[in-house]
Amino acid sequence: MINKQVTSPAEAVRDVFDGATIMVGGFGEAGSPIELIHALIDQGAKGLTIVSNNCGSGEVGLAALLNAERVAKVICSFPRTANSTVFPDLYHSGKIKLELTPQGTLAERIRAGGAGIPAFYTPAAVGTPLAEGKEARAFDGKTYIMERGLKADFALIKGRMADTHGNVVFNKTARNFAPIMAMAASVAVIQVERVVEPGSMDPETVVTPGIFISRVVEVPEPAHESQLVAAGVTYP
Amino acid sequence: MTRQTSQQTPSTETIGWTREQMAQRLAQDIADGSYVNLGIGIPELVAKFVPAGRELIYHTENGLLGMGPSPEPGAGDPELINAGKRQVTANPGAAFFHHADSFAMIRGGHLDLCVLGALQVAHNGDLANWSTGADDAIPAVGGAMDLVAGVKSIYVITQHCTKTGEPKLVEACTYPLTGLGVVNRVYSNLAVIDVTANGFQLVELAPGVDVDTVKQATGAPLLLPASANIGSTK
Repeated sequence: MINKQVTSPAEAVRDVFDGATIMVGGFGEAGSPIELIHALIDQGAKGLTIVSNNCGSGEVGLAALLNAERVAKVICSFPRTANSTVFPDLYHSGKIKLELTPQGTLAERIRAGGAGIPAFYTPAAVGTPLAEGKEARAFDGKTYIMERGLKADFALIKGRMADTHGNVVFNKTARNFAPIMAMAASVAVIQVERVVEPGSMDPETVVTPGIFISRVVEVPEPAHESQLVAAGVTYP
Repeated sequence: MTRQTSQQTPSTETIGWTREQMAQRLAQDIADGSYVNLGIGIPELVAKFVPAGRELIYHTENGLLGMGPSPEPGAGDPELINAGKRQVTANPGAAFFHHADSFAMIRGGHLDLCVLGALQVAHNGDLANWSTGADDAIPAVGGAMDLVAGVKSIYVITQHCTKTGEPKLVEACTYPLTGLGVVNRVYSNLAVIDVTANGFQLVELAPGVDVDTVKQATGAPLLLPASANIGSTK
């Protein structure tokens, strides 16, 4: 009997360990799993490597995890945010490492990691500072650089609905990195607004098949980062 | 704004096309049926000026084809946003997809046109638009390097010179590069300029702007077109 549903965000992140690599879904606030991130702050794991497109805003969600100094390194395409000083302050004071990766390269590294591909060649960033130290190779007269696939110990992602087998549908542009992060993580944890029984979802509409999902937790009314920031909320 | 102006340097900023007119001029050149990615800032204005009767499909790299305009106040969804993280709408016929598929569209050459801003464009098409390389800057690149590496045509829309009067069209970029030899055409407030195998080639002057003004504001040789209609206004 397969039932991947767990009762709370706290239970969903219970075994995150110090030094873990965690992929965190979201592009800006869309798809950011705020409740799972807050549960991770409560859980206390530290020395983490975070793989995420951005670094959060205000002092909630991902920015709050960084602000709590639980993160040693981020692998990221755009850590700067207009309304957050958390990442810039940590970066300038040398308390966090940054591996800057073009957004499409970040996505493909994650996809490759989840698909069993250890490395690939991309035309993006050829001739730029982000190609320094990377193997270059010509194919059909054009130069490409080698990038490594990425894997993670955990993924924290957000969907709209899942069944207890872990089949997921998403909401609009909140899908972004979640399906590929689910593939690339040993333990993919997803928060959804509604958990349903197997058979309730049309198999033709499933976006992420349950094989990629380890844990499902229901968060019926998830917070939105911009609304928390506008309300002056900080976490913890 | 922390805009700095120089009292000494003659400015070209206030002559020629306005931001809206630059966007309007560029919009005339996008073919009906194109799949288009518009960068953040002035490039976004292009969508407002597409001539009636042309249908374009807008791609936003965070996972939407068929992006529509901003929602009515109060009708937005924080999970329906564009690459600038502002709320948008989805047009009839839109599709959502994940980031790896989105950048497969980009890198795989499936998009027809990308419009971007620039810090510098070199006469061989090199583009610098993501970093000034300043020591205290927080490095952030986003999707620009993937876009210029994969989209079929790259149009740059930019002021011809910086706010302190330095040319942005140059012999060689001094800022960190976004891509090598990637720019096809530049729409500035002064002119439309193609990037050709021989360098910058003037295509059209903005109203009230003469060739010498463009030459002086350009940091690399400017080839003139054979046709004599330069200077004509629309």
